[in-house]
Amino acid sequence: MMKLDINGAQHEIDEDPDTPLLYVLRNNLALNGAKYGCGLGQCGACTVLVDGEAVFSCLIPILLLESKRVTTVEGLGTIENPGPLQRAFIEEQAAQCGYCIPGMMMRAQALLQKNARPSDADIRKALAPNLCRCGTHVRILRAVRRAVALMQSASMAPAGEGRGQ
Amino acid sequence: MVLLICLDPRYYLARQTGKLTRGMGTLQPRWGLPPCRQWDCQSKPMAIIRIIAALAIVCVVVVAAFVAFAWRSPIDPINRPDTTAFDPALVARGAQLASAGNCMTCHTLPGGRAFAGGVAVATPVGILHSTNITPDADTGIGAWSPAAFTRAMREGVDRAGRHLYPAFPYDHFTLLDDDDLAALYAFLMTREPVRATSPVNEVTFPFNQRLLIAGWKLLFLRPGPYKADPAHTASWNRGAYLVEGLAHCGACHTPRNLLGAETKSAFAGGDTEGWSAYALNSASPAPVPWDSDALHFYLRNGWHGDHGIARGPMAPVINNLDAISDADLGAVVGYFADILGKPTEERRQAARALLERVRAGDQSGAAKSAKTAAQAASADEQTPGARIYQSACAPCHESGRPLPFGGINLALSTGPSGPNARNVLNVVLWGLPAANGERAPIMPAFAGSLNDQQLTELLNFVRAQFGTGSPWTGIENDIREARSGRRPVMISPAHGSDAASAIASQGDTQ
Repeated sequence: MMKLDINGAQHEIDEDPDTPLLYVLRNNLALNGAKYGCGLGQCGACTVLVDGEAVFSCLIPILLLESKRVTTVEGLGTIENPGPLQRAFIEEQAAQCGYCIPGMMMRAQALLQKNARPSDADIRKALAPNLCRCGTHVRILRAVRRAVALMQSASMAPAGEGRGQ
Repeated sequence: MVLLICLDPRYYLARQTGKLTRGMGTLQPRWGLPPCRQWDCQSKPMAIIRIIAALAIVCVVVVAAFVAFAWRSPIDPINRPDTTAFDPALVARGAQLASAGNCMTCHTLPGGRAFAGGVAVATPVGILHSTNITPDADTGIGAWSPAAFTRAMREGVDRAGRHLYPAFPYDHFTLLDDDDLAALYAFLMTREPVRATSPVNEVTFPFNQRLLIAGWKLLFLRPGPYKADPAHTASWNRGAYLVEGLAHCGACHTPRNLLGAETKSAFAGGDTEGWSAYALNSASPAPVPWDSDALHFYLRNGWHGDHGIARGPMAPVINNLDAISDADLGAVVGYFADILGKPTEERRQAARALLERVRAGDQSGAAKSAKTAAQAASADEQTPGARIYQSACAPCHESGRPLPFGGINLALSTGPSGPNARNVLNVVLWGLPAANGERAPIMPAFAGSLNDQQLTELLNFVRAQFGTGSPWTGIENDIREARSGRRPVMISPAHGSDAASAIASQGDTQ
């Protein structure tokens, strides 16, 4: 039995410690935001935060997650009350098929938690590991820039560690 | 206080006359100096002044002699030669040589203009920046005559007469013959000129005094072109010329002394850009001894199924070796086969047994399979490191999928048998980044997934399970320095990638 802290909530998971986090998120917890893309840590669709760092959840066995905090795209806000990154992606209509978008948002979240005013070059460099096959890169970049502005406005404090808080 | 004493001539007077002892006790705790008579030093003032004067003269003469020795005159600037003045065949040959000499790797920023310099190199004396070697007249080498270029390559002195830091490996390039220097000159002078000034070097006193480099050269530089050794074949000599000269393999693979010069223990292994460059002599830590075929394949392709994948600073070297002919590569391999020597029968037998186990599909830690089987049988008794390995590493590294796109069985990899944890650590932290637009080996990075304790446990397990030799020491410190960037680590996509798109440091990877 493993104890996992996901979006601020404690979960007891009865799975083999080798199980990738992605499987636990989707199959055990119905947190379907993170996507299975390549399963090799090469596309970024499964990206989540572990202690604030963007990681590929398809590659990280739950064994490594004891006493670490996991944040998924569900932790950035709710449908009724989307967080600044989510709002920015909606307002810029940055998704086409949308499969890569949760990973993109989590990668961007990791960047903005460390660097509140990233340059365009910073954003491009940070998002480089995440692939988008539809080609909405320009809108994704715009959405991240919009999120930067939203987070800096008084009404939107930087998103915290999720709905559990 | 100590400084005051140092600055006070009476101290030296007293020391000269050997009459210091009595007064020293009173010197220690008090500000100001005791009256001179306490030192009893005024009995022979004239003699002392004469000694001081003599010493001063000696000093001046020594310094003047050193300056005269170290001084190099500028070589007159020339107008940039017309590019049509060079024979295209000579330029093409220069291109091959420049590639084999790795010129671009040090003289081009990732994504930057070719040969425009500006790459930071961490050295024991501070941060140096590579120079612009495009033929721009003001900021590059456009005003350099062939004589100035030859002097830089053979003696490490630029056109203006400044001594160059030996981060520029002229201790190797000095071996180049006149024809090769002419070809390199023709190649560089026909590149596109780029106006680019490198950042100022961050070197503290006294190392920022370039005249001192002349002293370094006196100790460690043996200038002059390669002289063939008649005791060996023409091919061996060709290999030696390339390895010791242009390719400057020893710059990374030979240990350096405190003054940053390569020691006499040629190819005994060194440290470079945050990585350990393995020994290439009889001390080679490779679990399967290298033979000529394996070396040739590795240097051509950047990987070998029984040894692993070139990464870090070795990846661009493999790219650059694309330029040299099979005959030249064969000569390089022949020379290294000689340096490596014949492995002992014991080592050969161990390697054969290891390869048999791996090929028979015993993937679970082939070096010590019995031990692994026992561990697998009782998962509860596994160390944390073993559990991390089994869950995070084994899915690829024990898949049996062949190189270059599968993970190597770590029992065959040189990393776990290396002199320290750094190479395995670097690869675990930052992986092997994907090459832009080309098919190349990859490994995902685990920097965000493993904390320091988990990394330490994993590295200790990998060493014990797959490596030879005693446990690694200093792992915690290596992890801290790598993560913080205090030890800059060069990360590079594997062979097959465009050199200009190379990643330069751990900070640029994800």
